[in-house]
Amino acid sequence: MMSLGFVLGIYLPIAEISVNIFVLFGMGAAVGFLSGMFGVGGGFLITPLLIFYNIPPAVAVATGANQVIASSFSGALTHFRRGTLDIKLGSLLVIGGIIGAAVGIYVFVLLRELGQLDLIVSLLYVVFLSTVGGLMLYESVQSMRRARAGQLATLKKPGQHNWVHRLPFKMRFRQSKIYVSIIPVLVLGGAIGFLSSIMGVGGGFIMVPAMIYLLKVPTNVVIGTSLYQIVFVTAFATVMQATTNQSVDIVLAMLLMSGGVVGAQYGARIGQKLRGEQLRALLALLVLAVGLRLAIELFVTPDDLYSISLAIATGAT
Amino acid sequence: MSMCAKALALAIWLGTAAAAFAQQPLNKETVEIGLSTDTIAITSGFRGTDLTVFGALDNADPLIQRQGRYDVVVILQGPERDFVVRRKDRFFGIWVNTESVTFQHIPASYSLASTRSLQDITTPKVFAQLGLGINNIFYEPMPDSFGSSATLREFSTELPRLKLKQKLYSQRMGDVQFLSSTLFRATLSLPANVPVGKHVARAYLFRNGEFLRESATSLNIVKAGLEFRIYRAANQHSLLYGLFAVFLAVVTGWMGRLVFRKD
Repeated sequence: MMSLGFVLGIYLPIAEISVNIFVLFGMGAAVGFLSGMFGVGGGFLITPLLIFYNIPPAVAVATGANQVIASSFSGALTHFRRGTLDIKLGSLLVIGGIIGAAVGIYVFVLLRELGQLDLIVSLLYVVFLSTVGGLMLYESVQSMRRARAGQLATLKKPGQHNWVHRLPFKMRFRQSKIYVSIIPVLVLGGAIGFLSSIMGVGGGFIMVPAMIYLLKVPTNVVIGTSLYQIVFVTAFATVMQATTNQSVDIVLAMLLMSGGVVGAQYGARIGQKLRGEQLRALLALLVLAVGLRLAIELFVTPDDLYSISLAIATGAT
Repeated sequence: MSMCAKALALAIWLGTAAAAFAQQPLNKETVEIGLSTDTIAITSGFRGTDLTVFGALDNADPLIQRQGRYDVVVILQGPERDFVVRRKDRFFGIWVNTESVTFQHIPASYSLASTRSLQDITTPKVFAQLGLGINNIFYEPMPDSFGSSATLREFSTELPRLKLKQKLYSQRMGDVQFLSSTLFRATLSLPANVPVGKHVARAYLFRNGEFLRESATSLNIVKAGLEFRIYRAANQHSLLYGLFAVFLAVVTGWMGRLVFRKD
């Protein structure tokens, strides 16, 4: 007779540890639920959660990128059908993203050889999660106050032009109704691609505000275009991670993705019924909590100051 | 089970052969070990186990035998790999990997069993000459590794400690037992994280603290099962594997849309 633990346990071939199927499915579902509710990709929550669950950071990052493809693909498809996706702008972002992701993988390998990958991944997460969480919390509290005071919550109208619009190599993007230099588009795409490789995130949480405030892309095409870029760049990052680091765990990814797909559907339904500001404040608190937990781990004295790992065979020394 | 029985039968045959030649001149003792299989396939549910090695001591002097002054040490050594040992130090309050030393040709695993504790068998000098025991493995730093001799010493003592902590290295005193005057059984540890590859088993025979001879046999450890096939695909066909991972993600995302379509 098989024991219960045997039934629930599954061995992850790349992470090389045994895990509980339902914990990972649940993790995928919870993050999927949140991403459905808030319309975020969820990569920035999945990777730290996997690290908390003792998945090696290198595997957590690579598999996080793989998981983001699934949650972004269906969204991108929806926007494509509705016509709320700027293919031309998106493709330029993809080009930038692929260059950024390639650089990111190079840095990833370098950090791994130096033994600093885990630290840098944690540090980057602490910085991004606390910044994004803090800004979201501030913004939602502000709008809650305004709502209580009876004022109409008005989005701050972005200024007409900024320094971005004085750059050369301008191009017209008909779908977005903007005429903008391709330099900030490529740089933005590159930065997001870099983060996809190093942090295993889609980067929507940076891409969306940057497109609205820097490039002045109308809000109706922002989400679709961002998802379009995320699908291609995370796909590229996944293949790069698989070929250079062999750190993509498809068993882990499948568990997270199947949980995520189910969770996202329910999240989206609940999300339509709840008040926006309160929802955003909740997500902000969650993001801050995850960031704080990662930050604490950096300061706590480790059980063992010494660690051992296989030397990575490289030609360059 | 039948494999064990066969090994036992072989050992018993060796034993009778030994008895027949008991009148032979002294100092011709030989030691042989046998494994019931030359390949062990490990599945993903493997939680570690004991590996039993049978061996035979031939042409033993019955007097010395009775006094229990024959000693046997059996080791099982995993494939050699290069390892980095790193140390963390506080840096602005954060624990950061600072110093590191790379060691080369280090056995990935090392399991030892002996008739009694090592210091009772022979002198440390003999063990050092034989390179026998966890403390006598040569922890060789990479030629280009920098650092003072104190640093190198520090890291080369940490390496076996970490290996012991991971249960990849083990020493079991008293786990070589004589079942008869000629037949002995050694119980070695195969940890859950045992590395795959060619392992070498060696038996060392001592008489009155004097090293007589050794014999060796090899064992291949392979991983079996679906999980291992995935692991191998990720390493040997990494591009295809990566593309397949992307394909799976796209299909999963698309399926989710079909199943939960709201309109």
